[in-house]
Amino acid sequence: MLNVAPWRIWLVIIVTIAGLVIAAPNFVPQSYRANIPVLKDLRPVNLGLDLQGGAYLMYEVDVAALQKQQLEGAVDDMARVLREAKPRISYTGRGVANGAARLRLVNPADAQRALQLLNTQVATDVQAGGFGRTEKSIVFTQTPDGLIEGRFSRVQIEQATRRAVDQSREVIMRRIDPGGVSETSVQRQGIDRIVVQAPGEQDPETLKRRIGQTARLTFHLVDYNVAPEDLAAGRVPPGTVLMPQDSPVEPFVPVKERALLSGDDLNSSSPSFDQQTNEPVVSFKFDSRGARIFGQITQQNVQRRFAVVLDGKVITAPNINEPILGGSGQISGNFTPESAKELSDLLNAGALPAPLTIIEQRAVKASLGQDAIEAGQKSTMIAGVLVLIFMLLAYGFLFGGISVVALVVNGVLILAAMSLTGAALTLPGVAGLILTLAVALDANVLIYERMRDELKAGRQPAIAIDAGFSRAMITIFDANITHLGAALLMMSLAPPGPVKGFAWTLTIGVFTSVFTAVLVTQLLVAWWFRATRPKRLPIH
Amino acid sequence: MWPLIKLLPEKTNFRYVALAPVLCTLSLLACLASLYLTLVPFKPPCGGLNCGVDFRGGTLIEVSTKPKMVDVGKLREVVGAQNVGDVQVQAFGDETAAMVKFETPEGANASVVADRVKAAVSAAIPGISFERTEAVGAQVSGELLMKGVIALLAGIGLMLLYIWFRFGLTFGLGAVIALAHDVLLTFGLFAIFKLEFTLVAVGSILTIIGYSINDKIVVLDRVRENLRKYKRMPMRDLIDLSVNETLSRTIITGVTGLMALGVMAFYGGEALFAFAVAMAFGIVIGTYSSIYVAAPILILLGIGKREGAQAAKASDDSAVQLP
Repeated sequence: MLNVAPWRIWLVIIVTIAGLVIAAPNFVPQSYRANIPVLKDLRPVNLGLDLQGGAYLMYEVDVAALQKQQLEGAVDDMARVLREAKPRISYTGRGVANGAARLRLVNPADAQRALQLLNTQVATDVQAGGFGRTEKSIVFTQTPDGLIEGRFSRVQIEQATRRAVDQSREVIMRRIDPGGVSETSVQRQGIDRIVVQAPGEQDPETLKRRIGQTARLTFHLVDYNVAPEDLAAGRVPPGTVLMPQDSPVEPFVPVKERALLSGDDLNSSSPSFDQQTNEPVVSFKFDSRGARIFGQITQQNVQRRFAVVLDGKVITAPNINEPILGGSGQISGNFTPESAKELSDLLNAGALPAPLTIIEQRAVKASLGQDAIEAGQKSTMIAGVLVLIFMLLAYGFLFGGISVVALVVNGVLILAAMSLTGAALTLPGVAGLILTLAVALDANVLIYERMRDELKAGRQPAIAIDAGFSRAMITIFDANITHLGAALLMMSLAPPGPVKGFAWTLTIGVFTSVFTAVLVTQLLVAWWFRATRPKRLPIH
Repeated sequence: MWPLIKLLPEKTNFRYVALAPVLCTLSLLACLASLYLTLVPFKPPCGGLNCGVDFRGGTLIEVSTKPKMVDVGKLREVVGAQNVGDVQVQAFGDETAAMVKFETPEGANASVVADRVKAAVSAAIPGISFERTEAVGAQVSGELLMKGVIALLAGIGLMLLYIWFRFGLTFGLGAVIALAHDVLLTFGLFAIFKLEFTLVAVGSILTIIGYSINDKIVVLDRVRENLRKYKRMPMRDLIDLSVNETLSRTIITGVTGLMALGVMAFYGGEALFAFAVAMAFGIVIGTYSSIYVAAPILILLGIGKREGAQAAKASDDSAVQLP
């Protein structure tokens, strides 16, 4: 044990120096750091929301709404296929009910042919599990009362949900962080959830507003066939809906249900000001297909109105004065410069494929976190000094000093590992840190006490040191393995958040503790021993 | 005189096991009492624990009206008028801040309700600021509770497996019963002082388990070693000897830990206080249970001496070679 292999010496030196460098940003202020080339790109430890302040939001994708949307699409497809069939298959009453897309055939004798067409032309094959097994995306059946029903298969629903969550995740990222610079993380959790973590975010309300809005922009024609008294009574013909509008003159606008164009057809949008009235507006530009359709519609409907609808609410319903062929236009509707910018950002980021609901929300003001950090730092400092004094008193300058050096190196390495991996330090993480340091110190104490036992039994110093390390090692190994196992288990089970933070610090700590308590301590003791060849150890 | 370690007697001969019958009985009673306090009233999800919003669902809002004092009565009135369940308002610190807790009405979205309440509070009390908001939906809180419990049980189970593998079944059972004892008493502590039981509290319980298992391994490891050394010594004496031999280590590590945690409790601020207290409790209880729960169980389970010796032998064969 006292003859330390050179590679071990190098390992200790290299790891310690690397640790010091990587952990340095935690101690050196940003202003100094920027001038030192090595430190420039390194970052300090990420602090969790409980320490730094910020917002944590967990969203759930509204699967029911998503499915309903998709079933509506499926009904459209079914109707199209039957219409285009040769000879044509007639149907009545199409709609979505009980999780199924359904329509009724006029002539029940067509059922077999209809099912066959639908199965081949509407349903697609989707991967179901591994081994190249596929199943139909929609299963079509004929009910006893003569309806043709289409239901999505389980695999299809799951895949659609996943896709929607992934899309939502991207849309959210574009909305809250167009430049991709902030520390905000947007992660999928499970199948239908998204977790947004915005450390340091001061204004969770704005964040929520930006994320939560579906931002589905649609263009509809206004229905002129509704009599004013029907409108007042809320009676509208099929295919027309009443949509609310922020206007005392016209609180509801009857519009055709079918959207002619949507936000998907936009190329770009930007906030600007109307050239005549100078009021804030949102300018937009359609892509080529959108521009063509918009041109046709405006040509055919001059002197009629169309409605611009955002998430089921009419923003504006202007008159078409002349055909708009250039594919660009502007939306005006009681905007402020800020709200115009917000809407255009939303439109640029795209619509969410399905509504999101918040199921967990946590927000901590930075000032509160700041107090926690300051108190934490102060108490860590005092505790550290006390432990240092105690160890020096208990084991003397040499052995006490060695254990404190090992402890400090351990702390530095943990900080370095956390800075490097970008893991967030949370309050329970601090507890994990304290536990780790306590167990690491315990390893030193175990080694020393073993040495003392051996000295008491009358062994020579060299042999006592040797036996101290090798006997204590078994105990240290057992203790650390149990910690590692428990930490890894917690990592796999715990939801993201405090407990995971605890498990992560513990995992890092196990490795650094074994490294410092064993290698660093051993190296220092061996150096001292070889330099002085003592007749007795100062701890006996 | 210095280093102080020399002050500790070279050899101590405390008869620990002699006290075991009394202390084991007390421990058992304390465990039963803790279990009772934790479970009764049998009301899901938390029984006698003062569950935070993490596990019960609902909303917690921390407000500040610095530098003015919080008008607790008005705050309670405004929140109460919002048609939410079980409103609790409590001033804390220098009374310029207060904690508001309430339940989400059946079927409503916790986050939406929280936003509505905050809007009402802002309107009624100008200048109030929201330092912290936590709104947890019922579905999420149920999952968190479930996952927390699973993490705890799985953690303890894993310890059992490992100690079984390394030390044999009797030792494993001894350590795990002692761990369960520590966890139960910690639950009891939370229940009796109505400390808020949150995800962070689960973190501190895990920390207690971590410290306790470390302590048990140290003691059991010494017992195993002595089993091999003194083949004919009665188990009682062997345990006394092992505990005496590890006493100086127990004292130094324990004192260091308690000292550091004491500082944290004093200067660490509100956030670290609960932690530091729980962990200090854990150090004391973990050290105690190594000596008075884990070790006597070896005797109770009718040691084991042979099994322990075998385990010692087995571990010689399979001893992991470390540097």
